[in-house]
Amino acid sequence: METHNSFNEQFEFSGKAKTYSLIAIAVGVLAIALGFLTGAVERTFANLLLMGYYFTCVCIAGVFFCALQYAAQAGWSASLLRVPQAFAKVLPYAAVILILIIGAGLYFTHPILTEETHQHITGPYLYKEWASKAVTTPGTDAYDAIIKGKSGYLNIPFFFARLAFYLIAYSILGLLLVKYSNNEDELGGMFNYKKSFNLACAFLVVFGFTVPLFAFDAIMSLDAHWFSTMFGWYNFAALWVSGLSVITLVLIYLRKQGYFAWITENHLHNMGQLIFGFSIFWTYLWFAQFLLIYYANIPEEAAYFYKRWEPEFQPWFWFNLVMNFVAPFLILMARDSKRSVGVLKTACIILVLGHWLDYFMMVMPGTVGPQSHWYTEIGWIEAGVFIGFAGLFTFLVLGALSKFKSLVPKNHPFLQESLHHHI
Amino acid sequence: MSSTKYILGLFDDPDEMMHGIDKLQKNSIPIYDVYTPMPIHGIEAKLGIKDSRLGYAAFMFGCLGGTTILSLVYYFLGYDWPMNIGGKIHFALPDYIPVTFEWSVLFASFGMAFTFFYSTHLFPGRAPRVMDLRATNDRFVIAIDAKGNTPHEDITNLLKEAGAVEIKHNDRKYVSYE
Repeated sequence: METHNSFNEQFEFSGKAKTYSLIAIAVGVLAIALGFLTGAVERTFANLLLMGYYFTCVCIAGVFFCALQYAAQAGWSASLLRVPQAFAKVLPYAAVILILIIGAGLYFTHPILTEETHQHITGPYLYKEWASKAVTTPGTDAYDAIIKGKSGYLNIPFFFARLAFYLIAYSILGLLLVKYSNNEDELGGMFNYKKSFNLACAFLVVFGFTVPLFAFDAIMSLDAHWFSTMFGWYNFAALWVSGLSVITLVLIYLRKQGYFAWITENHLHNMGQLIFGFSIFWTYLWFAQFLLIYYANIPEEAAYFYKRWEPEFQPWFWFNLVMNFVAPFLILMARDSKRSVGVLKTACIILVLGHWLDYFMMVMPGTVGPQSHWYTEIGWIEAGVFIGFAGLFTFLVLGALSKFKSLVPKNHPFLQESLHHHI
Repeated sequence: MSSTKYILGLFDDPDEMMHGIDKLQKNSIPIYDVYTPMPIHGIEAKLGIKDSRLGYAAFMFGCLGGTTILSLVYYFLGYDWPMNIGGKIHFALPDYIPVTFEWSVLFASFGMAFTFFYSTHLFPGRAPRVMDLRATNDRFVIAIDAKGNTPHEDITNLLKEAGAVEIKHNDRKYVSYE
């Protein structure tokens, strides 16, 4: 391994990373195919939705990271912006994959038992609680007045229109930020930075208003009878912590490969601080949502946690808190641990897996329901789909990164501040 | 024998002061401390100052606060005067997490503030320890313990060469005490 210090150095995507990510994609495809062929169709669809959503969220976190740095006129991060920019470049692919998964999940149907009326009807594999016609047609046995009441919002055309709107908006704004940054490399000057600042502010407004709705639509509507106003921000916290963890992991990997030699433990310290702080923010929202429902104990609200307290889910329900709160809280609290690559890497890996479990707890109880035992909840389908998407993410992000002409926005006005960042 | 206790080199530029530190260290002259009106990056590493342990104090105070309130609540509502609230068990832990959080934060912040006061000898009503009054204004001050660091003229010359605008030979350690 050699050290590259030239800002004109391009990332070369080859070798082990490429091989392993392609193998991981193959594992994922195999797991999905086997999942469908062995009859666990609904479980496979739920896993696809989980990972499609997770994948999209991490890419959105990349756009959000860039936008936040521009809007705050932050200097420290200028030299690592190419990594979240690569996430932004992958977001359109992630969005298409998520829409395809949701489209297929809504298109293919199977016999289901409705939740409220306990009728055997034919319903889609995803969003079965609200997306089948029988539930919202008055007069049928499966008619569900609550869902009918929500159908002005929760109907398939409007649902797709909203999803498309969020994802297209995030993708376009993200790609524009990348484009301005590339133009800045070519032309220099403040023009593109000012444009990026304005665009970042616009993105943050759009993002702030729509990201809770994105979570309501994609995940909360799986349990369509239940709702929580906390859910949107709770999902945002998960998106942001997992996104920061993935950015940090990519940075640590690239540094180990000899790229990004200018990223010091000071930059990693900042990333660690953000991860630590927002893990606590996540816990705050998770707990606020839980406590109010627990304390009031109203059946229609408590139903959500009742499902998650089935014996098959309960160990995972608590383990979720251990992974996403206790672990980062204790591991990342000390200054030295945020500055140590090994410790930070461990914490990030725990959090990436932890937020997978977090999404798992949101998706599974309301879709496939409990399996035979708590330890069979997470099996080869879950592992395989996760590995597949992790491989796809690695492949696309490193591919996108290799297309940048320079690994640093060399005419960024705060670049020197970032290179001399010290805390 | 001279009555000088501390030699102070006053700089009006932080870079020159950093240069002065290099110069003194090159000549193996131990530096007692450096006072600056604003934080200067990299100075801790240069002077070999150990990381602050204030964070550990904050953590311990936080633990103390959390334990205190949780024990109190357990005594009040689980043992001394159990009440039926919403049909829940008497010591329903989730209900007491917010107050535990608040007391942890309260103890951590107060504990940290008092630890800081204690370790820096600051307290309302107490004269602060200041070696040169302009160190809080526009001067960057290097302090050298005069005792054992001889000859004083050489140190004075070194500081002058490094660009010190003023050199003081103080008979008292702290000028802020009357």
